[in-house]
Amino acid sequence: MIAAMAVPADAAPAEDVRRVRRDPDAGMIAGVCAGIAGRAGIDPIIIRLAFVAAALFSGAGLIAYALAWIFIPARQGGTVAARLRPARGNIEAVIGIGLLVLSAALLLRAVGWWVSDAVVWPAIAAAIGGALIWRQFVGPGGAAPAEATARAVQAEPRVEPLPGARRLSVAGVGVTLVLGAALVFLWANGALDAAGDAVLATVVVVVALGLILAPVWWRLGRNLAAERAERIRSQERAELGAHLHDSVLQTLALMQRRADDPREVAALARRQERELRAWLLDRPAARADKSLAGALEAAAAKVEESHGGGIEVVTVGDCALDDRAEAVLAAAREAILNAAKFAGDAGPIDVFAEVTPRRIEVFVRDRGPGFDPSSLPHDRHGVRESIVGRMERHGGRTEIRTGADGGTEVELSLERGAS
Amino acid sequence: MSAPAPRVVIVDDHGLFRSGVRSELARHVDVVGEAANVEEALACIDDLRPDVVLIDVHMPDGGGLEVIRRAPREQDGVRFLALSVSDAAEDVIAMIRAGARGYVTKTISGSDLAAAVERVRDGDAVFSPRLAGFVLDAFAGEPPPAGTDAELDQLTAREREVLQHIARGYMYKEIAQRLGISAKTVEAHVSAVLRKLQLSSRHELSRWAMERRLIDPE
Repeated sequence: MIAAMAVPADAAPAEDVRRVRRDPDAGMIAGVCAGIAGRAGIDPIIIRLAFVAAALFSGAGLIAYALAWIFIPARQGGTVAARLRPARGNIEAVIGIGLLVLSAALLLRAVGWWVSDAVVWPAIAAAIGGALIWRQFVGPGGAAPAEATARAVQAEPRVEPLPGARRLSVAGVGVTLVLGAALVFLWANGALDAAGDAVLATVVVVVALGLILAPVWWRLGRNLAAERAERIRSQERAELGAHLHDSVLQTLALMQRRADDPREVAALARRQERELRAWLLDRPAARADKSLAGALEAAAAKVEESHGGGIEVVTVGDCALDDRAEAVLAAAREAILNAAKFAGDAGPIDVFAEVTPRRIEVFVRDRGPGFDPSSLPHDRHGVRESIVGRMERHGGRTEIRTGADGGTEVELSLERGAS
Repeated sequence: MSAPAPRVVIVDDHGLFRSGVRSELARHVDVVGEAANVEEALACIDDLRPDVVLIDVHMPDGGGLEVIRRAPREQDGVRFLALSVSDAAEDVIAMIRAGARGYVTKTISGSDLAAAVERVRDGDAVFSPRLAGFVLDAFAGEPPPAGTDAELDQLTAREREVLQHIARGYMYKEIAQRLGISAKTVEAHVSAVLRKLQLSSRHELSRWAMERRLIDPE
């Protein structure tokens, strides 16, 4: 049920026009040419002619087409290769495709469209070997990350991943095929004659060494991995210990000494809470100078530290800190500062920011006695200049209202449309 | 108030916190029991049939999610209010989707908590500013493509407005005043949002709930 929920939800957005996708509906055979043409934005007939021409030249086009069919995913659904994965008991299908390729090759050979045995057979062996290696190391069908996570979440995985040892041995077969094909190619084309003995000796020594050292490497690799994991764990422990010691214990000691000042204790506790949360969530402070939400939270934290009181920041959506966002941020900072200065004792201060593609809105609300903006003394530059003036200069709007039973809310809004 | 004080069970693995909440709530509600783990909580709920269970999200043996999933359903009159130090979206959303009728953080004041308990007892939903923010975030953007229940997958303009006011720190009564509607209507909107939150198949919500389920030892 989870799978049913996750897969369609993920599959749809993963449909990316920039990727080549086979288009079986528009295609003559499997839609490879139509898919490539669609991506390149040209008439499919051009691609088709190119494939036919390549097929006439020693059958390369046929092989290329078959590989493309197998490895390029269709527009709806995955690759043929993914559907043929051996875990689903489709060894027969793999053998079938192999036989088809073989018979096509033999047919071409009989008809006479053939370069020479010395080129084509090694090429086919190398292609199969290469495919095996790629499948082992590139991962199932090059799944998009979203799809991969969805798969990890499924209660019953569709595709049982090969265990490590089998992966390696399949990759080994691939390596052998590719190397063997290369050697056969060199040998058949006479390139090895000159250095024949030396090469043979080298190959024998390499193979022998490989056989001897393989288990040692294998064990070594596993031990290294285990050791690394252990080292990471102990590092994490040390880091946690250091952090608790530097921050949490210090704060607790400080709180005991200031126990007679509840305001101070509350402020200390809040600051420690914020630090610990940021640390636990692994939120680097660097985010503060990149995004509006981060910067707003940082600004509120700073005011909270200097003026005490609780400031709760809730943000919906986010945007980069461009000129307009900077202006809103500066005005909001001023409003938060004002609220903390004049109404910080009256209760918590709520900051709510909502960023939509069209506009940025920030609300700063306090529980103070409130004030009448029209009766502001002229020396209150804070509100007049830093908030209202700044917002106006950037084409934004400021609204200040005081509720019937106290509490002031400053509303800042700025259209983002023009940017 | 006319109705009798709500009967409350507190479930939290920190004894110190339980007794703190108990003494804060003592004047407003009737704390009938306490539990420190999942099994105790289930036995306690089964035994005492409280109106409201104040439940901690993180506990060593499966946490609040486990309790909500295994406890008697709501028609038996037991309602859950999640209470946690966590304000991570996946925790909040997972608790709500499991059936909690609200979510408040442990820093809430005693009188606010008592009011929240009463509201949950009466079948209403309790949204903190942060939860309102999460919901607005989760329901932002286009609803998922056809085939899903469009009604459940997006908020009405009014519901959005109410949530925005909650996120701005307004109480239900103040929201009613500002929007020119009755407090009952505000509550109805919030309850509707809670229902959508629990039933919608929106991708973000499933993802959040799923992330939580992965961490959850079952």
